[in-house]
Amino acid sequence: MPYRKIVCALLGATLVHQAQAAELAVQLEIPRLNVAEYHRPYIAVWLEGERRDVHNLSVWYDLKMANEEGVKWIKDLRQWWRRSGRELSFPVDGVTSATRAPGSHRLSYTSDGVLARLPAGNYRLVIEAVREVGGREVLSQPFAWPPQQPARFQLQGKEELGAVVVELKP
Amino acid sequence: MLRSIALAALAAGTLSFSTAASAHNVWLLPSSTVLAKAETITVDAAVSNDLFFFNYVPLALDNLEILAPDGRRLAAENPHRGKLRSVFDLRVEQPGSYRLAVVNRGLFASYQLKGERKRWRGSPEALGREIPAEATDLQVTESLGRIETWVTLGKPTVPSPAGQGLELRPVTHPNDLVSGESARFVLLLDGQPVSGVEVTAIRGATRYRDRQEEMTAKTDERGEFAFTWEQPGMYWLEASAKDGKVSVPAAKERRLMYAVTLEVMPQ
Repeated sequence: MPYRKIVCALLGATLVHQAQAAELAVQLEIPRLNVAEYHRPYIAVWLEGERRDVHNLSVWYDLKMANEEGVKWIKDLRQWWRRSGRELSFPVDGVTSATRAPGSHRLSYTSDGVLARLPAGNYRLVIEAVREVGGREVLSQPFAWPPQQPARFQLQGKEELGAVVVELKP
Repeated sequence: MLRSIALAALAAGTLSFSTAASAHNVWLLPSSTVLAKAETITVDAAVSNDLFFFNYVPLALDNLEILAPDGRRLAAENPHRGKLRSVFDLRVEQPGSYRLAVVNRGLFASYQLKGERKRWRGSPEALGREIPAEATDLQVTESLGRIETWVTLGKPTVPSPAGQGLELRPVTHPNDLVSGESARFVLLLDGQPVSGVEVTAIRGATRYRDRQEEMTAKTDERGEFAFTWEQPGMYWLEASAKDGKVSVPAAKERRLMYAVTLEVMPQ
């Protein structure tokens, strides 16, 4: 059996695959707020499929508190908590990370990364933000995966989220 | 008169509970119902007209039964009884749902003695001892009441039914309630679905509105009933029933009561 040939074929396939990796990118703005007591928001980004299946992408919560105390408030991401959060134990590898400062943050999810096993179908991208002594806001954008052509959606938060740009690349 | 006796019985922490007390609301109020991490919650327990304001008498905690997700009974921490409310803490550590209940069982009796109508309450054992032999026209009623609330850490689970008296079995989980959605439950009597029983639901903060705005539903042939929560908040559900399934031969009738405090989250 020409072992080398198989390896080369596999390698070649991988390379081709990488070159064609589809991407879901989210440019997400955490607004700078002029408030007396400011805490960085907890944010969850996930996908909901047509069968109510949930695919977690990113969840930011307070990692600085001792004994993972920051987990206590993660339920305030109410919609995400009900859809998925309450099924998990924290931290979740590749999903949870620290809260982020006000400003614009780019998140990228690709078909050769976290979306590798995402079945083709119609999805809703959901972004939920909640801030201690602040408010809560949810934005969502429907899309089809894998994308057939490039697409760009512009969403606008009112309180806890600023401008959000969702980009799809085949 | 009967009402004040029943309430006094509750306040004094004796065994008895009667539906005659249902003119007042009996409730447990947990500090949280949905938890993401092991933590301590605290619970107020009181009897009052206004929901959920402790402004009348405390609810005795003698018959508090805390059922953990693994099926074990837990003891409350730091129980305290004030003039207007009782309080206890509970360390919620196991993933799943906890059922917190005050279960009151007892007897009420009335009888004729020397031309006067007398009233009595107590345990089955005390009945023969404490009612004078010369009493006539003795009427004994058995009572069984459950006052509950549910608390969940992580994913909701369903504890097995107590199997005695009135209680709720989830179709919708009691810690998975959201305004704008409808929730469905089964009312059980001695562990079996019971039809034709009216269930009342009242949202808390009654002090700040002119009407109770109570909702009612009747259990169907499968024992099911449903409510649609128009607003988030703490709700108090109550149901009562009577039957002849007494456990004490002297009793003619059994009065059953169930109440549960449920938290409905905003959408």
